[in-house]
Amino acid sequence: MPAVQETVDQVRSLDVDQYKYGFFTEIESEKAPRGLTEDTVRFISAKKNEPEWLLEWRLDAFRRWQTMREPDWARVSYPPIDYQDLYYYSAPKAKEALSIDDIDPEILATYEKLGIPLRERDALLGIESGATKVAVDAVFDSVSVATTFKEELARAGVIFMPISEAVREHPELVKKYLGSVVPVTDNYFATLNSAVFSDGSFVYVPKGVRCPMELSTYFRINERNTGQFERTLIIADEGAYVSYLEGCTAPMRDENQLHAAVVELVALDDAEIKYSTVQNWYPGDKDGKGGIFNFVTKRGDCRGDRSKISWTQVETGSAITWKYPSCILRGDNSQGEFYSIAISNGRQQVDSGTKMIHLGKNTSSRIISKGIAAGYSDNTYRGLVTAHRKATGARNFTNCDSLLIGDKCGAHTVPYIESKNSSAQFEHEATTSKISDDQLFYCRQRGLDPEEATALIVNGFVKDVLQQLPMEFAVEAQKLIAVSLEGSVG
Amino acid sequence: MNADIRPIRTPAEQAILASLGTVPEGGDRLADLRRAAARAFEENGLPHRRVEEWKYTDLRSLMREAVPVAGAAAVAEADARARLLRGVEARRIVVANGAVVPELSDLADLESGLTVTTLSAAIAAGDEVLSRLGGIQPGRYDAALALNTALAKDGVVVTVAPGATIERPLHVAHVFAGAHAAASYARSLVVVGEGAAFTYAESFEGPDGLAYQANAATEFVVGDEAHLDVVRLQEDGTGAFHLATMLFAVGRESKVHTFSFSLGAGVARTSLYATLSGENSHVGFNGASLLKNRQHADTTLYVDHQVPGCESRELFKHVLDDSSRGVFQGKIVVRQAAQKTDGRMMSRALVLGDDAEMDNKPELEIFADDVQCGHGATCGAIDDELLFYLRARGIPMKEAQSLLVQAFVGEAVETVEHDGLREALVERAEAWLASRA
Repeated sequence: MPAVQETVDQVRSLDVDQYKYGFFTEIESEKAPRGLTEDTVRFISAKKNEPEWLLEWRLDAFRRWQTMREPDWARVSYPPIDYQDLYYYSAPKAKEALSIDDIDPEILATYEKLGIPLRERDALLGIESGATKVAVDAVFDSVSVATTFKEELARAGVIFMPISEAVREHPELVKKYLGSVVPVTDNYFATLNSAVFSDGSFVYVPKGVRCPMELSTYFRINERNTGQFERTLIIADEGAYVSYLEGCTAPMRDENQLHAAVVELVALDDAEIKYSTVQNWYPGDKDGKGGIFNFVTKRGDCRGDRSKISWTQVETGSAITWKYPSCILRGDNSQGEFYSIAISNGRQQVDSGTKMIHLGKNTSSRIISKGIAAGYSDNTYRGLVTAHRKATGARNFTNCDSLLIGDKCGAHTVPYIESKNSSAQFEHEATTSKISDDQLFYCRQRGLDPEEATALIVNGFVKDVLQQLPMEFAVEAQKLIAVSLEGSVG
Repeated sequence: MNADIRPIRTPAEQAILASLGTVPEGGDRLADLRRAAARAFEENGLPHRRVEEWKYTDLRSLMREAVPVAGAAAVAEADARARLLRGVEARRIVVANGAVVPELSDLADLESGLTVTTLSAAIAAGDEVLSRLGGIQPGRYDAALALNTALAKDGVVVTVAPGATIERPLHVAHVFAGAHAAASYARSLVVVGEGAAFTYAESFEGPDGLAYQANAATEFVVGDEAHLDVVRLQEDGTGAFHLATMLFAVGRESKVHTFSFSLGAGVARTSLYATLSGENSHVGFNGASLLKNRQHADTTLYVDHQVPGCESRELFKHVLDDSSRGVFQGKIVVRQAAQKTDGRMMSRALVLGDDAEMDNKPELEIFADDVQCGHGATCGAIDDELLFYLRARGIPMKEAQSLLVQAFVGEAVETVEHDGLREALVERAEAWLASRA
């Protein structure tokens, strides 16, 4: 069945030539010399006043990276990246910013234009008008320029700061957890990140604390010829809860810019982490010129019993997306979730999905993925669900649907489902008609046609997840999700 | 990390390379095909887990032993071994160690419209039909098929004339006979003419505990508006390697249905490639694997929808006991031109053994927007509630399990149209269940 007109219009309005965040901020910046050598690594480390152990860690990663090969198994094609033709560090030149008023007005203006409040009083104004309170860490190229609500969070015992600061102020925590979820040599891009990561957020929520507000990081690539290599580390100690959001944009440029991030989540006993992303990097123009190469490693470790990690992503940007937010379900009774909506347009190529690795007993995971391809784009879902020998009672449910708009694009599904335990129960389906028959029946009994009923059920479900997002994300995301399900092709 | 360095050749590879030295020379098309296949093997060798299509069946590490190419089988032994599907009313041809045994084959009084000959005879006679051989290519390197192309000397060549309806199934019984492990290669070709109807069955068996290798490939060229049913029953010996390839070229408005039943062999790999190049055809590729002990069975499917309006259905069932391993990889490709395609693929596994493993990879690759495609995969133990229901009615545990397994497999077996063949398969399933300690 072809897509309905409403869906087509909705996706058109998100087309690559409609990119709203493509402006560039004219600001003087300080860069590392072009190219990547041990000196670059040392330069970055020195810029951030890092301790010796971290420099060694980076150098080790760099040496290993040199022996690795770029992976080629994903369903994406791009010209070879010249890793020596990039700036690995770029920071706006400014005096030490002690308070929000010291920040370069140009940067403030940039974030204002993006709709991200960096002044706490602005954010509070937002609350009066109905939005929830969100603490923001704003990362501009390679550095964090501002982090809001730090004091208020500190009162609750929550540590929320740029990772470069955390290295200095909480070395014991960083040392303990950095690289413990995504090992240094996990993959080519993660290793590169380990060598040259610049900034990102660090979050630690202590035992039994429910983080009093949403935390978020807003990533902005501004400078020409730079890559962004942020590193995020979130730890929820026993019984803690945190919801974290991530947003990203970049200027429109003819060149491709590299973004290779690593995100590590650790959930200890009874802890819960919700991680939401609205990825809106510049996707390139309609002929596929320019755009961000997004090679990201995101992984959550449900280390403790009864812990839970939930990934939600709305993906509309990037020329190339290579991203598989995963959950390692190590603790008994732990849960992993992955909700994803990936929309590709123009010449975008998306190869995204998740991994659910069941190790502990009675672990459960759920994967809901919707891919929508339009224009000349390719949209691939690639996922792994695996139960190891000792993962007694593992449970997984996967549903991935995709929709094609136009006959020049492609939608692909590549699921790997591996069960090594007889009591594991895995279900994978890629049809829209298989939503709970009971619910369908309920709706139809009340006079809704099957189409309406299906849309209602799935949208109701997705909206549930979206309610966790703050206003500025939710509005954008909801527009994307309002897309009808008619014509799904599995 | 560096994948460019080629690993050292394994003893099995060396033995195969040595036998490739005997690939017949000559200027004709067939010899060219053989040489190209031999070269491809020399270049790529046995596939390993880094080769995506063989990810779960690492032939390089599984196939340890080097075995020579099998010699001719003793007729009496071949006769004694060919037990499968004997009760089915069918025209029987026995292929032992890769060569047709004329003494055991019923090649007389062929129905009108049916031509059956052997590959070796067709080659000797320069038969016109051989121009179809090797006509269907998987589009990627397949080690099992390459070896078969390079080394198979005999097999069955069947032609069904346009419009002919052949009621009686043709059963090709492959057997391995001999006391020493060896490798057999058989290549068959089935050409079904326009509007013809035909049922083709093949079975595989051999002695238990012997690490022989049975490599069989069959090409099916199905004409417009034709109807073809294929049933395969694989009960090779417990130590055997079973490597099978089925290739289909399907014409316009035709119907093709296959059922592949896998019970035997230590390691079995069945690859099925289908190209739908005629509009509005309907194909159904089904199968079931019942495995126990340390058996390993891999079914890999590649269905290529090239034209509009075709329908494909795939249903595969795995029952895994002890520490067996089942693998299902299915890929449906829908090309840009193939609008109005309707494809459904389902893989279900029932895990009985604590150490059993199931690997599912159902893939979709879609380039047309007005299509309906879906896939599903499930895997789990027998539903406790169903067991409870039966046991509450006084049925002992073992029997209740058997009933549920039978029902599970039955859904797939029922798709076999031919009554005699279907009943024979049901019987084999029952025998398998009865053999569970």
